Amino acid sequence: MTSKLSKETLLGLYSTMLKIRLFEEKIVELYPEQEMKCPVHLYIGQEAIAAGVCANLTKTDYIVSNHRCHGHAIAKGADIKALMAEFYGKAAGCSKGKGGSMHVVDVERGMLGTSAIVGGGIPMGVGSALASSIRKDGFVTVIFLGDGASEEGVFYESMNFAALKNLPVVFICENNGYATNSPQHARHATCDISGMANAYKIPGRCIDGNDVEAVYATAKEAIGLAREGGGPSLIEAVTYRWKGHVGPEADHLKGCRPEVELTDWMEKCPVKRFDDRLVNEGVSDKAGLIEIGAVIAEEIEEAVRFSKAAPYPLAEDLLTEVYFKGE
Amino acid sequence: MPWTKIYSDKTEFEEAAKASSVPLRGITYAEALREAQAQLLRDDERVFIFGEGIDDPGGVFGSTLGLHTEFGDERVFDTPLAENALTGIAAGAATAGMRPILVHMRIDFMPLTMDPILNHAAKWHYMFGGAVHVPMVIRSIVGRGWGSAAQHSQNIHALFAHIPGLKVVMPATPYDAKGLLMSASADGNPVIFIEHRWLYGHTGHVPEEPYTVPLGKGVVRREGSDVTIVAISHMAAEATKAARSLAEEGIECEIIDPRTLRPLDTELIISSVKKTGRLVVADTGWQYGGIGAEITTRLVEDAFGALKAPVERINIPDCPTPASPVLEAAYYPGVTEIENAVKRVIAG
Repeated sequence: MTSKLSKETLLGLYSTMLKIRLFEEKIVELYPEQEMKCPVHLYIGQEAIAAGVCANLTKTDYIVSNHRCHGHAIAKGADIKALMAEFYGKAAGCSKGKGGSMHVVDVERGMLGTSAIVGGGIPMGVGSALASSIRKDGFVTVIFLGDGASEEGVFYESMNFAALKNLPVVFICENNGYATNSPQHARHATCDISGMANAYKIPGRCIDGNDVEAVYATAKEAIGLAREGGGPSLIEAVTYRWKGHVGPEADHLKGCRPEVELTDWMEKCPVKRFDDRLVNEGVSDKAGLIEIGAVIAEEIEEAVRFSKAAPYPLAEDLLTEVYFKGE
Repeated sequence: MPWTKIYSDKTEFEEAAKASSVPLRGITYAEALREAQAQLLRDDERVFIFGEGIDDPGGVFGSTLGLHTEFGDERVFDTPLAENALTGIAAGAATAGMRPILVHMRIDFMPLTMDPILNHAAKWHYMFGGAVHVPMVIRSIVGRGWGSAAQHSQNIHALFAHIPGLKVVMPATPYDAKGLLMSASADGNPVIFIEHRWLYGHTGHVPEEPYTVPLGKGVVRREGSDVTIVAISHMAAEATKAARSLAEEGIECEIIDPRTLRPLDTELIISSVKKTGRLVVADTGWQYGGIGAEITTRLVEDAFGALKAPVERINIPDCPTPASPVLEAAYYPGVTEIENAVKRVIAG
């Protein structure tokens, strides 16, 4: 099948996926130095979801992420210097070093703060969608959650409220099959997350989360529906996390899952798949894609240099910003 | 001054109004809350009010009565029974620039909201280096009596006061109910606004025009030289009655109503105790780890030498609230307990 998307859109999706991949791989490379003194929850293997969804959003649309937030932030256009500096605990970080890797913010790009409590961000995203609904500002909120968060009660409370109030929100459940080390079948009575949408009579779709074009097309429909006043949708995007729940190692090395599972999923690598497709369809030659990668790699190197050189916050900043003191 | 005075009943207010050289406008605590919300809705398009049953004929004991018809059900609306999500929704809407007022009619249901309050709203400004803030108010009501028992009449303000990033407000008069709610909505931080059901019918002077009472500032309800009573919420009314009868015995009590528990007006309390040398803390909540412990410790840390006698704390007993009228009567302290505590500290 030849893609109907424009070359610009296709290369944009590729570029975002590759940027996330290379950013995360750089963390894997540097983490053993122990200069990045915070836990990291890597997104490698899931890039097609953030890239495919966020390509349908405007700069001012809201997204809500979770502890595994690097990919979402990059796909929404966040400054990778501010991200990397945050992971290094530096004052130039997006949260001035007070948040760390799980607490990313970028108000200008609609990321109003990221929760590391599983499911905790979900109602806040419904809240920003409620704000948009009351103000009629035309913004859509996308909430990224994992299969683990789909077990939290607040997910159902939030879906009910969003459906009741017909809010402009899209729930994207990234089902990577595991909550830390617990497989989905050990946790779910029915392995049918998208089917939960039926209870609220909102659209629910289960898609291949490693196919960026499928993600893009499905998200486009749901986001369009939300923007036009059609209310919320739930998309379950099935994928796989290559690295551990936390940290740069692969889980099979700790005996948490079979190695063959990872190698099977690596065959379905969303970046490689799309890379092959772009070349096979003549959207770009191999050299063109390599050039895109080289530019991104240099941007990431620059972010690392910046972050390592940036000053730490002052100890005197410990007690600032506990309370908002006015504009 | 009429706006700091506590009237024990409507008749007393009416007599005071007659005797006053300036005109007094008497409305109840519930009416004052309603008026504050109506004026906030009128003057600030970012304000909206939601909560379980807030548009029903009871209107949260009168405090939201008719607001949905006056301002429309997009800005004043009923909700599902989902305290956890609703609180997160309020926090999310606030972060996105709105000024929600969420009503959790009974504070006993607020343990279901602890994740969005403690893990999210309270930390949001700090955790993101000041990039965002959460201008939201949660109104909640403490009940008492009529066999309401252990899950419908709790006093858990100290739980919230423990949390940095929150502000905790407990108005004791109609004047403060309105002025503090106006301040809470404009504050820019998450504010837990705890009302007492037994104060809802109290009448007091409330100006019609919008005004604010600053958060973090206590008030001297009554001046006295012998003992300081720090009295919280409904206990401010009880302390006022106790002080009157103690005055007949020649004991002059100074009553401090802190009005907000976080931030706490430590300075006002300490300056009073420096004058009187004696402290009684009359709290509506439990003693263990409670607000009385915080007040007492601050005093001991900053003005140890000021005390002429041990501090007394008046609290509900260290058990859940019982239902039977006999047990309930034994449970709640009031005027008598305050008088006895004052006499003990006077005796030294």
